Amino acid sequence: MENTDQSGAKPEVVPSRRMPQSKKLANWVILFLRLLALGGTVSATLVMALNKQSKTLIVGTIGTTPITATIEAKFQHTPAFVFFVIANSVGSLHNLLMLAMDLFGYKFDFKGFRLLTITLLDMATIALLSTGAGAAASISEVGKNGNSHARWNKVCDRFGTYCDHGMGALIAAFLGIIFLMVINAISIINLHKKTTSQSTVVSG
Amino acid sequence: MGKNKKLCIILLRLLALGTTLSAAIVMATSKESTTVLNLTFDAKYDNSPTFVFFVVANGIASAYTLLVIFLPSNGFIPLIIVALDVIVTLLLTSSISATLAIAYVGKKGNTHAGWLPICDQVPNFCNQVTGGVIAGIAGLVIYMMVLLHSIHSVLNPLLF
Repeated sequence: MENTDQSGAKPEVVPSRRMPQSKKLANWVILFLRLLALGGTVSATLVMALNKQSKTLIVGTIGTTPITATIEAKFQHTPAFVFFVIANSVGSLHNLLMLAMDLFGYKFDFKGFRLLTITLLDMATIALLSTGAGAAASISEVGKNGNSHARWNKVCDRFGTYCDHGMGALIAAFLGIIFLMVINAISIINLHKKTTSQSTVVSG
Repeated sequence: MGKNKKLCIILLRLLALGTTLSAAIVMATSKESTTVLNLTFDAKYDNSPTFVFFVVANGIASAYTLLVIFLPSNGFIPLIIVALDVIVTLLLTSSISATLAIAYVGKKGNTHAGWLPICDQVPNFCNQVTGGVIAGIAGLVIYMMVLLHSIHSVLNPLLF
């Protein structure tokens, strides 16, 4: 490839600090999606972690004073929900780190592996979040519908608010997973573009 | 070099096909019924939608693997295969975790919700479900290797 002009001297290369317009737009899109994913995972963690409902039942009377018993539904009672909270907190930490890297990490030199690292870490986080959401969803299904064959009773008819909050946390977690998947797809497309452009330069 | 890599990926996919198919079959054929005093416990995999999800997910994974072995690898097809590989791996992951959540409740019970463990009454069913889940986990590990291999082959087209 010829890179000298007519007089035989190499043209000056002026480093430009302005990025091309399409790259700026792509960065804004990924940033926005990352913010949405962060919002999804953080809200899933918080809503499930603060999920608690207690009911007082009257079990008998002594004379005129009723004896009450309180039963409580907490998220710690089920290991699947504990795992859900842990997985979503790890996921929100990952999202926060990736956001910080997008905003402030342009100074660090990753030797060309930046996009690959982000893609692989995103994939691992999607896997973790989907296991947490899957486990919580299966336990919620049993809690909502019961299981007559195993004689497991429904929980949701007695603890309506607990179930509603759990449903909200699950929806937020699934939305976070979807946004992360979109970010991952965009990163893979960018990676593919980068490798095909590099291979044409090498072979040209 | 290219032919060796192609043979390696076909062997990996055959292994993944074997494990996912066996996981689906082992879970689907688990059945046991016992009569304890006045309670009849009839345990089958389709008593719980989660186990049905596990069987269906592993079935989809094995059918997809069988299909992909016969696809050519030029043009845009490797990209689509990578995307579908990611989707199938995530499907397998979440089916295993959902099944483990239900199996934990079945083994240890949940005193706060009043759910009694059922594994004491139907131990053979529980053992077969455990075997199916272990096969599913092995299938997932192999599928992760398949996924990494296909990503690597898409990103380095000259080497493949």
